[in-house]
Amino acid sequence: MPVGGHLMATRRVMVAMSGGVDSSVAAALVQETGHDVVGVTLRLWGGESDSGCCSVSDVDDARRVADALGIDHHVFNMSDDFNRHVVEPYVADHAAGRTPNPCVECNRHIKFDRLLRRAQSLGFDRLVTGHHARVVEISDGTRRIARAVDPGKDQSYVLHMLDQEVLACLDLPVGEMSKEDVRKRAKTLGLRTANKPDSQDVCFITSASRGGGGRREFLRRRIPLTAGRVVDGSGAEVGRVDAVEMVTLGQRKGMDLAGGNTPRYATAVDTTTATVTVGPAADLFVDTTPVSGAGWANRPVEGRVLVQTSAHGKPASAFLQVESSVEEGQMLVRWDEPHRKVAPGQSVVFYQGTLVLGGALAC
Amino acid sequence: MSVAAKRWAQVRRSLGGVEERSDRQVYLDHAASTPPRPEVVEAMLPWLAEHPGNPSGSHRLARDARRAIDDARDAVAALVGLDAGGVVFTSGGTEADNLAVDGVLGADSGVAVCCSTEHVAVLEPVRDSDGVVLSVDAGGRIDLGALAETLDSVADIKLVSVMAVNNETGVISPVAEVASMVAERAPGAVVHCDAVQAAAWLDLPSTCQGAHLVSITGHKFGGPKGAGVLALDGNIPLSPMLRGGGQERERRSGTQNVPAIVGLGRAAELVMEDRKDTADRVAAMRDRLEAGLLASVPGTRCTVPEGVERIPAVTHLCFEGVESEALLYLLEQEGICASAASSCSSGAQESSHVLAAMGVDREMAAGSLRLSLAWPTTEEDVDHALSVIPGIARCLSAGT
Repeated sequence: MPVGGHLMATRRVMVAMSGGVDSSVAAALVQETGHDVVGVTLRLWGGESDSGCCSVSDVDDARRVADALGIDHHVFNMSDDFNRHVVEPYVADHAAGRTPNPCVECNRHIKFDRLLRRAQSLGFDRLVTGHHARVVEISDGTRRIARAVDPGKDQSYVLHMLDQEVLACLDLPVGEMSKEDVRKRAKTLGLRTANKPDSQDVCFITSASRGGGGRREFLRRRIPLTAGRVVDGSGAEVGRVDAVEMVTLGQRKGMDLAGGNTPRYATAVDTTTATVTVGPAADLFVDTTPVSGAGWANRPVEGRVLVQTSAHGKPASAFLQVESSVEEGQMLVRWDEPHRKVAPGQSVVFYQGTLVLGGALAC
Repeated sequence: MSVAAKRWAQVRRSLGGVEERSDRQVYLDHAASTPPRPEVVEAMLPWLAEHPGNPSGSHRLARDARRAIDDARDAVAALVGLDAGGVVFTSGGTEADNLAVDGVLGADSGVAVCCSTEHVAVLEPVRDSDGVVLSVDAGGRIDLGALAETLDSVADIKLVSVMAVNNETGVISPVAEVASMVAERAPGAVVHCDAVQAAAWLDLPSTCQGAHLVSITGHKFGGPKGAGVLALDGNIPLSPMLRGGGQERERRSGTQNVPAIVGLGRAAELVMEDRKDTADRVAAMRDRLEAGLLASVPGTRCTVPEGVERIPAVTHLCFEGVESEALLYLLEQEGICASAASSCSSGAQESSHVLAAMGVDREMAAGSLRLSLAWPTTEEDVDHALSVIPGIARCLSAGT
């Protein structure tokens, strides 16, 4: 049952507005319920940006939507924490050959920690965001993040870290709608963001990155990029890369591979020796994946779960448990069927049906 | 969110059991912008509603407009203490500051010097020209020793820019001392003074003594937004940034903003008439406000060290364990409009380069609040601020 249905008395609601269509409609929906609504946009990144939640034009969109809805709008500058908890770890992860997920860290440290604490200290009862996911109450009275109504837009994966304390005061109204309906609603309401394109992943890196250029440039300004060897399973050098920090597990292109007709993929990245190991597709598959830093919606879970290892990945069945074979603080995901290797640093999210149980990071 | 509900009740209780929100609006952000005085609005209206003339034209209506802006030019010249022929009307303080730095440097080589607490409208052009940015003392004033050293050691210094009053802290800089040091050690250099925050409070001819260029803007002393001035002493060569019709003696092309310039001129006359009285009245209110806040909120301190000279209009405080944004939000709920440092174009509060340069601890700076008063401020405004701010500040710091 959606939590939103429980709202009765007028409440003070803070809506996190990114300047996109989803949070615009979220703000409109909350306002229609007659609650006391204030829109807040976070300023997270002072550098160059052309997408996501950070640029001045996005703040302007959020402000103008709030104006159109007749609600107050504030901009909070959380760029210091964003830099500390999202950007710096993103860079450090790359330097260590890991694959970070900045949206997850932003949700963990900024939106559902610092912003939530800010909302509480200012006397707000509830926080609303435009994420495509749902907050549901289960039979024991506790709450879970559940997959969005629109499977193609589901963002439950990046919300896996939310615990009972957060879920108790969070509403995600657009998770109940298809993206198409969200846009229709925005159009009906005359919101200027109705046709605004969806934001792409890393909001603090410019779009040139999507081909590698922007991300590479972003990292190059912050860490030394190391040229490295590409070796096959036998250790023989088969190619070169000019930046091992840029190589992601499973990557196939950009490694200047000589010879061979069967496609080869990066199966291991070692930044300390500047070596990328490649192998055939079969080498990418594993029976188990160790994870660390698990966090839970309510209580720790072991046993049979569905596991999703990327934002829009397909969930796979596995058995999750603490085992003596892994290090202290880690758990082991035993896949029912061999599963593609998960890049270290990626979020591994556990579901039961459509409900998020918790998540961890791949080791 | 029962935590929040409790919290809100706590905030309400901290305000002395007031359950209903007060409708009172108290504006304590005059350093950001002061409302135009009624006489100013009155002087401007005919130039908005009735007179269409372009001051560059030749017919009667054009000549009327020309006369109006030249009357304003005389008033501004008197305010600044420089010749009317050197008064260049701009769109505001930023343009005046930019024009001073870029206009003096021109296309030739030459070094610009300023200190790290200058307004960004000076700092950025100086940095962009690879100029010298000097350190400051704990009051945020230019380090005179470092200046002397720079003047002696750096060749080809073309401009030294020093602000009369800092926009965040209200601290007064020794402009005349800087000017005489420059005259002695680098006689070829031009001295620019950003007097934007000084005009309402200080006698400019004595404050900016020795400066060759002075920037002011109307909306900081009872004039309108959109009109500023770069006043030049004598024939300082200045490369224009805006080129075209050659208005303002070829120094700033573009049709003058006649209504705003008329308002600026009227504000200049008015501020010269009653500056002293306003300053005395406002100083007393500022002191009462500041003393009241320092006494009632533990862990609060004045950002400006004792003994450092300030204008009467500003108190800059740091509240321990308080986040400025949260404080400003709750103050606004109680009708008080103020600010912390400067805002960026998104409207977010930026961390202050001024406080950082002064060596204010980051955590203290994060809880800063600037309350700035001006001619419309009343004792009732101060009463309201004193009844509201301590409770909110205590409540926020207790929550951390």
